[in-house]
Amino acid sequence: MSATVPPLGPPAGDGATVTGGRAGLVPSGLHPGDLFRVASVGLRSRRVRASLSALGIAIGIAAMMAVLGISESSKSHLLAALDNLGTNLLVVEPGEGFVGNEDAVLPITAETMLRRIAPVEEVSSVTSVDVTVLRTDLAPSEQTGGITVKAADTRLLDTLVGEMADGEWLDDTRSRLPVVVLGSVAAERLGISDVGDGVQVWLGGRWFTVIGIMEPFELAPDLDTSAIIGRDIATAELGTAETPGTVYLRTDPDKVDDVQAVIAPTANPDNPDQVQVSRPSDAIEARAAASNTFTALFLGLGAVALLVGGVGIANVMVISVLERRSEIGLRRALGATRRHVSMQFLSEALLLSAAGGVAGVVLGAAVTAVYDVVRGWEIVVPAAGLAGGIAAALAIGAVAGLYPATRAARLAPTDALRTV
Amino acid sequence: MTNHLDVTTTSLAPDDAVIDLRDVVKEYPGDPPTRVLHGVDLVVRRRELLAIVGPSGSGKSTLLHIIGTLDRPTSGEVRIAGHDVARLPDRQLSALRAREIGFVFQQFFLLPGMSAVDSVADGLLYTGRRLRDRRARANEALERVGLGHRLDYNTEKLSGGERQRVAIARALVGEPLVVLADEPTGNLDTRSGDAIVGLLHQLNHGGSTIVVITHDHDIARNLPRQVAMRDGLIESDVGQDPGHPRETMGGVAR
Repeated sequence: MSATVPPLGPPAGDGATVTGGRAGLVPSGLHPGDLFRVASVGLRSRRVRASLSALGIAIGIAAMMAVLGISESSKSHLLAALDNLGTNLLVVEPGEGFVGNEDAVLPITAETMLRRIAPVEEVSSVTSVDVTVLRTDLAPSEQTGGITVKAADTRLLDTLVGEMADGEWLDDTRSRLPVVVLGSVAAERLGISDVGDGVQVWLGGRWFTVIGIMEPFELAPDLDTSAIIGRDIATAELGTAETPGTVYLRTDPDKVDDVQAVIAPTANPDNPDQVQVSRPSDAIEARAAASNTFTALFLGLGAVALLVGGVGIANVMVISVLERRSEIGLRRALGATRRHVSMQFLSEALLLSAAGGVAGVVLGAAVTAVYDVVRGWEIVVPAAGLAGGIAAALAIGAVAGLYPATRAARLAPTDALRTV
Repeated sequence: MTNHLDVTTTSLAPDDAVIDLRDVVKEYPGDPPTRVLHGVDLVVRRRELLAIVGPSGSGKSTLLHIIGTLDRPTSGEVRIAGHDVARLPDRQLSALRAREIGFVFQQFFLLPGMSAVDSVADGLLYTGRRLRDRRARANEALERVGLGHRLDYNTEKLSGGERQRVAIARALVGEPLVVLADEPTGNLDTRSGDAIVGLLHQLNHGGSTIVVITHDHDIARNLPRQVAMRDGLIESDVGQDPGHPRETMGGVAR
């Protein structure tokens, strides 16, 4: 009986012994580069199948990326517009109050009183004029096209940060003259695209010359359908009341809430309940937030596509394991442990899904960019979406690869080597 | 710990036994169970070249799987390279195969789309050696099997005989204690087959221990030792290494 087996030396004679003098029988791990090489063997030899199964993941990720990107772009566009317009605009209008007074008006002093609130920086008002504006004096007076006539002071354009599309805004002199500035929609409905040759409209029974057309107002869309005339001519010749219909306020941006709280008692001390105060930027912010509902819906659809892509990968991997039994057997014979085999197939699934994820992210970003360019928006591709897209693809790949990898590892080497 | 386990061997086999089987029985589950090995005793020493020959169904493939540690016996003792296989978990058996056993298969089992060098280098994949080292050794191994001029050829473009040489190089590249060749000429024409047998002889002269499993008595006859199997038993064992005479046929010294 021999307690030890003497060294025999392999053919080359490097001194190894039969008893495993070579550092015991601990299986070696695969180097990362080798794992990558081994994992990509199956993909390189089955390119079409690999591409098709990666495509499933790519479509899911691209859909989610595009939805996220477009929604982010839209939100950033809205918020940028809001930045430009300012969030410090307040609109004061008569309200029905507790008693349901439909004829409530703001007191004639309202504008002056509001101007006295310290943080208020600018005040402007418009008053409805009870006349119609028509393209010609021959048009029936009921064909107003939904255009209302409003009298405004000269500060309105600045207070609302409005822009002229063509022509000029009212000034002190013009306010007394029969001239009119049209909102963007009003101009369109009247069929007037420029103010070049002194085009006139039939307003309140006399001709008014159109001197300007305004760009749309994001913060006061009702002005887009208005024809605006000077307050002086309105009160002098069309009998318009001097009480302000709507007052627009610009306040110190840091004190908007404080101002908002004191507006009603200041504007109408007798009936503060009959004053309605709103902040139009709230509506835009709400719109930016509201797009999230749709985003969630489309993200859900993208997630379904991604899931289907994951099932596709799992399916392809299961087939691959069945087809590659002899490769698995060979690898076991070459000394691969079960773990080596499962790592190989898991890595293969991860490679597939990572390829799909990268392609999807690129595709999604491209779709976002094209959409943004078409809409004339700044291109916003969320970085979190890029990273998240690839991470989601890898997670799906890991889940999809787990079962096939386990199956491959469980295959008995003798069964794997048995040729059918 | 593994080393400690290794040296507490109680083997009664000759010191240079690479393969040492005692009363190996293999049954496959079923009702009744199918017994394919009925108690096989076999000792293979270093530098031997032998054939395990028998008709299909004689149990020689099962015996190859057990010697190759791809399968475990139902009962009996199996020592490969001094390791008691029954006491090694699957992971360690894998490491044993990676280092001490080389396989050659009838179907070659070369992975598609790979060069000869990379195919051979894969024989070292699970030994922890680096790619550069594996490729250098693969080059040498291919030179040894006479394919030094085909290093970068895609194996799919090689002839059957050349492919089997690549597979043999892959089995040899890790300098294992034993190479197990399962019907290595089964898929080859006579000429290529003869060349492969010649190569095995040549490698054996170079010091390799080689076990050839075959149903072909012509091939077996040309090898120094023939172990004939029938119905799960060793029928005869002739031509053992004269340096290590056997006392009984079909068994080992007790």
